[in-house]
Amino acid sequence: MMQTLQEILSRLFSLDRDVLAIAWLSLRVSLTAVGIGLVLGIPLGAFLAVARFPGRGAAVGLLNAFMGLPPVLVGLVLYLVLSRSGPLGPLGLLFTPGAMIAAQATLATPLVAALTQQVVADARVHLGEQLRSLGLSAPRQAGAMIYDVRFSLVTAALAAFGRAISEIGAVLVVGGNIDGYTRTMTTAISLETQKGDLSLALALGLVLIGLVLVVNVAVAVLRRHAARVYG
Amino acid sequence: MSATPAIRLQDVTLSLDGRTVLDHLHLEIASGSVTAVIGPNGAGKSVTLRVIDGLLQPDGGTVQVGPHRRAFVFQRPALIRATAAANIALALGGLPRPARAARVEEALARVRLSERGRDAATRFSGGEQQRLALARAWAVGPDLLLLDEPTANLDPASTEIVEGLVSAMARAGTTVVLVSHNLGQVARLADTVIVLASGRAVEHGPARQILFSPRTSESRAYLAGELPWTPFVAAS
Repeated sequence: MMQTLQEILSRLFSLDRDVLAIAWLSLRVSLTAVGIGLVLGIPLGAFLAVARFPGRGAAVGLLNAFMGLPPVLVGLVLYLVLSRSGPLGPLGLLFTPGAMIAAQATLATPLVAALTQQVVADARVHLGEQLRSLGLSAPRQAGAMIYDVRFSLVTAALAAFGRAISEIGAVLVVGGNIDGYTRTMTTAISLETQKGDLSLALALGLVLIGLVLVVNVAVAVLRRHAARVYG
Repeated sequence: MSATPAIRLQDVTLSLDGRTVLDHLHLEIASGSVTAVIGPNGAGKSVTLRVIDGLLQPDGGTVQVGPHRRAFVFQRPALIRATAAANIALALGGLPRPARAARVEEALARVRLSERGRDAATRFSGGEQQRLALARAWAVGPDLLLLDEPTANLDPASTEIVEGLVSAMARAGTTVVLVSHNLGQVARLADTVIVLASGRAVEHGPARQILFSPRTSESRAYLAGELPWTPFVAAS
């Protein structure tokens, strides 16, 4: 046991440039995907929280269900869409970091949208009448409510980041786990496990957890500071 | 009654959750007046304000509201998690930035919160939050100010500031509709009183007459049920 631990630590401290490149790619892909998820998910969630139209309840239910989208299925669908004979085949995205970003963004967007819908709906209870009474247009009302719940949306962003960076099924299918190009932390861990190099797989796992912790701690510190300033 | 009322509700009915809240309500509010709407809990006072503001659509009847620029101060101030200044600026989207900043500064001064503009509004005390909500209403420059129990839970100092600004706005020509259970406040501010009971206007007339010699049994019952009060300054 101690020997295994020593081996893991040794591998951890001797991580070479390839591993750092894998970590950087994972971070880059996941952060970009979360960014896209926020840009698409926040307006969608706010719209569903504020707008009233027939079928809205079903749309919210569908969105909530999409939070649990199976990554492998997302990967498969994107594979079909991006493959040479697929509708977006000419873009040549399959087996590129771009395809992995698209896959993770597809997983992150419903999560962000559903959490946004919930917190904006709560904000609407105490702010809705006042904002309408001030004569704000519907988009400005939604904007004010999004601003009001911005600290809660940080949690949505972190949840989306956690889902994206820890995901393997979709990135494996559309990225192909190509060494030095589309290999991420999760696909590398999977590969090393299959090869039987468990100490390296565990060392990579620790790096992955470290990345997630650093991002979460940084965001938590920023959020606490902002909450202290703005209440 | 004014020949050209600012607000006219005719035969307005409204049910919420299967309960009749407004029951063939008729009322007229004169332009430039300060009208207090009083009555027991559940009489339909707050709902009437919301119907006037267009926040609730009645099931039947007609609602005519002349003034276009309206402001509504709710019993519980609804403020966003931002600075006090940003909360006021929220209502001034159409103004150029320098004019908006000047208006915000003046609004804060009106409610004696000049030093608190950069502070988080949600960290204000209840009284300060309500003063801020009123400052935001003032900043809009409304022709019609709707107040739903604006000083409930406020201390006398904050109440005095709120009433002072409402009086100033009324003197400047703003039509004010005030819902309040504070009959001293009604006596201080209102020139006209409407008594609501079970969604109907059971009495409507000069404040002094209704407060001191109500004519209907519903008005008498409501006023008799209140705790003793003494108007500081009788309404003129």
